[in-house]
Amino acid sequence: MALKIVAACVNCWACEPLCPSQAISAAVPHFIIDAKKCTECDGDYADAQCASICPIECAIVDGFDMPLNPPGSLTNIPPERLAALG
Amino acid sequence: MATTPIEIGKKSGCAASSCGSTSDQMSHLPEHIRERVFNHPCYSEQAHHHFARMHVAVAPACNIQCNYCNRKYDCANESRPGVVSELLHPDQAIKKVIAVAAAIPQMTVVGIAGPGDPLANPERTFATFRGIAEYAPDIKLCVSTNGLSLPQHAEELSRHNIDHVTITINTLDEEIGAEIYPWVFWNHRRIRGRAAARILIEQQQRGLEMLTERGVLVKVNSVMIPGVNDSHLKEVSRVVKSKGAFLHNVMPLIAEVEHGTYYGVMEQPSPTAQELQALQDACAGDMNMMRHCRQCRADAVGLLGEDRGAEFTLDKIEAMEFDYEEIRARRAAVQSAIAEEMNKPKVQVATVSLASLKRRAVATPPVLMAVASKGGNVVNQHFGHATEFLVYEASEAGVRFVGTRRTDQYCVGSDHCDEGEDKLALAITALDGCRAVLCARIGITPWEALEAAGIKPDSDHAMEPIEEAVAALYAAMAEAGELSDAPSVGASVA
Repeated sequence: MALKIVAACVNCWACEPLCPSQAISAAVPHFIIDAKKCTECDGDYADAQCASICPIECAIVDGFDMPLNPPGSLTNIPPERLAALG
Repeated sequence: MATTPIEIGKKSGCAASSCGSTSDQMSHLPEHIRERVFNHPCYSEQAHHHFARMHVAVAPACNIQCNYCNRKYDCANESRPGVVSELLHPDQAIKKVIAVAAAIPQMTVVGIAGPGDPLANPERTFATFRGIAEYAPDIKLCVSTNGLSLPQHAEELSRHNIDHVTITINTLDEEIGAEIYPWVFWNHRRIRGRAAARILIEQQQRGLEMLTERGVLVKVNSVMIPGVNDSHLKEVSRVVKSKGAFLHNVMPLIAEVEHGTYYGVMEQPSPTAQELQALQDACAGDMNMMRHCRQCRADAVGLLGEDRGAEFTLDKIEAMEFDYEEIRARRAAVQSAIAEEMNKPKVQVATVSLASLKRRAVATPPVLMAVASKGGNVVNQHFGHATEFLVYEASEAGVRFVGTRRTDQYCVGSDHCDEGEDKLALAITALDGCRAVLCARIGITPWEALEAAGIKPDSDHAMEPIEEAVAALYAAMAEAGELSDAPSVGASVA
């Protein structure tokens, strides 16, 4: 039961101070979540804090590699529109 | 040595910023506010010709999403808010401020404006301010925020001697807000739609009230988004003024598809320079308006309109050593010399020729004139070197500053920035609606191209003070009958 930050991360620091388990740290090329510490905020908050403030779609994924913020969910830009732009 | 405030706006009669010369912009402000902003390049149109500022990019995190922002973007060639090349830790930022203060003694102001929201990064923001206050206590500190976390930090802001705060307020209406902000992060949840806009608007308004109650100077920024909030911004102007904001800055939406923002990708139109000016004029009846904003990057350095950030990258400043006392003394000397220069009595702006114009049977319409200047309030830049133009409206009533036009507004990165892109065509596009352009020098090719576009090039007033030069050229063109067919730029002005 742990979330994961993937390559889409832009290193904006928004998630790091919010983690109730101090599981997030800055790293190269992007922030990482310590899987041993991450609780997905269970018991602390209704929603995973990192994924609730993250501004980048698909940057945080769950144990099944499913993005918590899928394409189009944060910017309202239709994914097909982005795809059309290349 | 303390600098002295310049005497501005002593002319009686009209209090609105929409009449008289640009030095009247601050005229209706109380004396104690004018004293606080006289050397602030972002708050005083007069000061921006002489004094420099810098932004330190210490605040990466944001707590809301705006439809004109893309958090993925970072390009050295791009100039707009929210963009930086190098994120700084507070100690690096303090060192950078000292390095810039040593190199640019006319710097009076350091601001934190991002690249995220400064108050979504309170530890980093306040640590930076504390350090700057320790090493350079005379430098003014400013912060620019979306306002969501403002109420919880208003008290601390006033304690830190941060007496200038800018809040971006795009709307007072949650329906409009829902079109501009897809979400906010609030009380540990991502909130969307009208509920998100309601929270943001409430926090902004409460923050504004709390700051003005504490004597903090508040400027309000609004992004003009045609068809979304443009017709509503007059109301915003009225309300924020009633709550004590001292300056309103209506800025044009920047939206290019290459930026990857919602508005860019969805091809939301930006306002034209004329639409922006008309709205600023309409708001000016209620509020002191700002016209010289350059929508700087969150790591900009130098005079407004220039960016010397590349001279002060981390690798360069890490090696530098400083004598703080010497730097501070030089800064005080340079700044008081500038203030003295600004305080000199102004030459009356070509009143004789303007008065003679009034006696003509046919009234000469107001026209827009552009100026190439690299600072000092003087016509002193080569046309081909100008990346922006100052735009003035000249009329029989006088000369007033109405805004700036950038030639690189549409720059989208190095691939498009080379000489292959027709710089001259971009400049002529930027000068749309202007009848003349005053510069220090100009080549024959641009001269002919400008004439063909109906814009009179002029280098006869090189090195003259801007307002006098504009007034003289206006008078000469009117005398020569070159302005009788001019479109009346003032016609739409309320």
